[in-house]
Amino acid sequence: MTTGDILKLDGITPSVYDEDKDVEKVFCCDLLSVAMARAPEGSAWVTVMTNANVVAVASLAEVACVVLAEGFDYDEAALKAARGKVTLLRSSDPVYETAAKIGALI
Amino acid sequence: MEDLHLEFTVVPDDFTRAGEVSGKVKKTLKDLGFPPLVVRRTAIAMYEAEINMVIHANGGKITVTINPDVITVVFADSGPGIPDIGLAMQEGWSTASEEIRDMGFGAGMGLPNIKKSSDYMDVQTELGVGTTITIKIFTNP
Ligand SMILES: Nc1ncnc2c1ncn2[C@@H]1O[C@H](COP(=O)(O)OP(=O)(O)OP(=O)(O)O)[C@@H](O)[C@H]1O
Ligand SMILES: [Mg+2]
Repeated sequence: MTTGDILKLDGITPSVYDEDKDVEKVFCCDLLSVAMARAPEGSAWVTVMTNANVVAVASLAEVACVVLAEGFDYDEAALKAARGKVTLLRSSDPVYETAAKIGALI
Repeated sequence: MEDLHLEFTVVPDDFTRAGEVSGKVKKTLKDLGFPPLVVRRTAIAMYEAEINMVIHANGGKITVTINPDVITVVFADSGPGIPDIGLAMQEGWSTASEEIRDMGFGAGMGLPNIKKSSDYMDVQTELGVGTTITIKIFTNP
């Protein structure tokens, strides 16, 4: 499964999307130091955090993409930091529904 | 390969740049061909220490020494120091403000993460003077 497959799901839209990447797992967390330590490489990281620190952690932890749930939108600084580096998607659903939907693709 | 020395300055309270140093070092280690796990462990430890300098101290200096066998990183700040390092090393203990927590920090996991990700960790801290953390990551499992 890839980030492109996630994009085909209802309610998912791209905010920063440069290339199709393999997705192997789904990971949910809003605490950055927990995500930093535990987010699996190549996972889709579902969160409600909108700031640029999410992008720094996503890049260092090498997740495949961030999926921002609840219809929230990324901060301008997060979008800027992610361009060319980190895939950022949005979901109009809550965290659980978003993760369940993506998990069903794996 | 001769030892490679890198030096960086961390700016306090600048969250748009927080994690930048860790990202640069990570890329360098990757380019040098270190194993993915070594690169990841260094990146995790460095990110946590870098962020702590931004949040809890007034920024500081990071010195990285890359040797084929060991990666040594020294984080030196002249912040407030840590009153009880035993407590600070415990998972879940944090003095982060509400504002900082709203950004996703303050789980009290940073220092424990640094310890777990590195093979050696030393903390020297003095109230009102600052904190110096030294970590080593051995490159051969
Ligand atoms: N460089 C530092 N200078 C002064 N105090 C520090 C420093 N680093 C850590 N501390 C103190 O130690 C506590 C624990 O740090 P730790 O990194 O484990 O958690 P945190 O930064 O509060 O939250 P998290 O890292 O999970 O986002 C901090 O809340 C702070 O009080
Ligand atoms: Mg911390």
